[in-house]
Amino acid sequence: MKQPILAIQNLSADVEGRQILKGINLTIYPGEMHAIMGPNGSGKSTLAAILAGREGYNITGGEVIYCGQDLLALDPEERACEGVFLAFQYPVEIPGVNSTYFLKAAYNEIRKHRGLPELDAMEFLAFVTEKVKLLHLPEDLLKRPVNYGFSGGEKKRNEIFQMAVLEPKFAILDETDSGLDIDALKIVAHGVTTLKRPDNAQLVITHYQRLLNFIVPDFVHVLYDGRIVKSGGKELALELEETGYDGMIHATAAPA
Amino acid sequence: MIMNETKPNGALAHRVTELSLNRTELALLERSADEPAWLLSARKVGRARFAELGLPTLHDEDWRFTNVAPIAKMVFKPRLEPGRHGVTEKVLSRFPFTALAGGQLVFVNGQFAPELSSLALLPAGVKVMSLAAVLATEPALVEPHLCRHARADSNAFTALNTTFFQDGAFIYVPAGQAVAEPIHLLFVSTAKDHGTTAHPRNLIVAGRGSRVTVIESYVSLSDAAYFTNAVTELVAGDNAVVEHLKFQDENQQAFHIATVAAHFGRASNVVTHSIALGAKLSRTNIYATLAGEGLECILNGLYLTRGEQLADHYMVVDHAQPHGASHEYFNGILADKSKGVFHGRILVRPGAQKTDAKQTNKNLLLSDDATADTKPQLEIYADDVKCTHGATIGQLNDESIFYLRARGIPREKARRMLIHAFAGEIIDRVRCAAVRQELDRLVWDRLEQNQKIEGSP
Repeated sequence: MKQPILAIQNLSADVEGRQILKGINLTIYPGEMHAIMGPNGSGKSTLAAILAGREGYNITGGEVIYCGQDLLALDPEERACEGVFLAFQYPVEIPGVNSTYFLKAAYNEIRKHRGLPELDAMEFLAFVTEKVKLLHLPEDLLKRPVNYGFSGGEKKRNEIFQMAVLEPKFAILDETDSGLDIDALKIVAHGVTTLKRPDNAQLVITHYQRLLNFIVPDFVHVLYDGRIVKSGGKELALELEETGYDGMIHATAAPA
Repeated sequence: MIMNETKPNGALAHRVTELSLNRTELALLERSADEPAWLLSARKVGRARFAELGLPTLHDEDWRFTNVAPIAKMVFKPRLEPGRHGVTEKVLSRFPFTALAGGQLVFVNGQFAPELSSLALLPAGVKVMSLAAVLATEPALVEPHLCRHARADSNAFTALNTTFFQDGAFIYVPAGQAVAEPIHLLFVSTAKDHGTTAHPRNLIVAGRGSRVTVIESYVSLSDAAYFTNAVTELVAGDNAVVEHLKFQDENQQAFHIATVAAHFGRASNVVTHSIALGAKLSRTNIYATLAGEGLECILNGLYLTRGEQLADHYMVVDHAQPHGASHEYFNGILADKSKGVFHGRILVRPGAQKTDAKQTNKNLLLSDDATADTKPQLEIYADDVKCTHGATIGQLNDESIFYLRARGIPREKARRMLIHAFAGEIIDRVRCAAVRQELDRLVWDRLEQNQKIEGSP
């Protein structure tokens, strides 16, 4: 069997003394797309934040092995250079930092880490101009400050655009669908689907089944109260749509 | 000039009100008897006003955050005699804006140095010369403006400058003329002695429908605690388009007080920048009078401080006519134990309807010991206006740093990018591309340098 891209074993974490994750187990292999669904407060975004390396979380147990190495021991920038990417639920506006400058800096850090020569400004511009079309983003976005003054939909598309540029091995999409209208949702879904390859993997975190009409995951997991309570194929999302979280949790919990 | 710290003023602290003049200054006053009567009278008023006002103290509302006691305590040295004082073109070339295509006027210790100055070919009727020279040859050209806009009434330093100024730059652009390249006015100090004082006085007159870009820079070739007390009067006629940039990078011991008194005509478009990087204590007063209808002005500023520096910006934007827009943007980046002060007053006079006045002051504190004081003040006497102000004082946003790190950018680099961006918001408003690029490089270098100094034990 090939090596998993991500193996989460019994991961527990708390924030300011409150336990949020209570033993998560999840293994993701190359070429797979996983979806994690769960109600508000189930721990979805906490899981995404811990995987990307955000500070402020206290890991109380378990481990995360990413491509054979201890992910939690790495700084956020090291994780990014190793191919981890988080599409933020709330992309940050950074006035004064030009989008192209920012992306080129990020792209070159990752290339440097891989022992590849850095691209100069002209080479990089040619490279990103191709990518920007994939997300139907206006080219002038590249001249604007990062996320500054972008609409909600533009911000989310910009996250997927960055993902297209940085070509991560493992991408986490944290509620990328929230706040998108149907057209934007289709563009984002198309972008994500296009970026799926046999050697990378994606973890899509969502509250609603809606996104999964356009992105077809290989596996769906239901997160509830800090645990994955049910896993299955894409049909699980539809089932969830019918029963709702309460119905499913109730049915799952009842036999115990 | 020697100032005596004497008369206690009621219960308040000592005020410096008396000027006891030494021989050199007396000689100067005698010589200035050749000056036009209107100027002599303005000087007399200035001297009388200074005697009444004295140097401000922390009890003055407009000076409550900036203590000028160190200036009051100085034993002022007579200014230096005219001359190059060893300054060469090569030495000057280390300073910013000295390679711009428009050329420059150089003033050494406040005195015009013609042999160091050179200008590109100017359109017909445009004058760029020393103020002393124009006063001697064509005083009628300056009489309508000089000492009319920078009023000695309420500002002791302006009063002092009016009393003692000897020289400075005079720029005159006749109606309809456009000066394509930026003109640089370079004030360099070589003062070796504590207390050496210069009172540069500049007058910039942009006629109706004219265009011009002017940079005033104040730099040091010494590390003495000298004192620059500059005043610039800036007049933009109707429909004139003016860009003005004041760049202050005096040495870390120097004291720098400057006033920009600006008068804007109908439908003019003016942007004036103030960049403060140097001096132990600097204060820039900007008085902008929006005297015509439908004009637009931007007051834009950036201050970077470290060590125990203090950078103060004080401004009064006076909307006297309807349909005027004024936008003020000031950002400060404060390291170590340094201090930034911003005081912005917007006055909307009765009848100045449809005024659009906006004021923003943002301060980025790079250390726990840095401080910022910010004081907006709106006085509105018209009822159909839009006036907003906002001020922030804070540290780098952790969420922004995380966002950059999550894309592969190391923490330290992310920090620097954000600090640079904070400065970039201001620098991006510089319209002249050559000036903007040079300023951007310079500020970037200075931020790096300040970080290194901050990082060292």
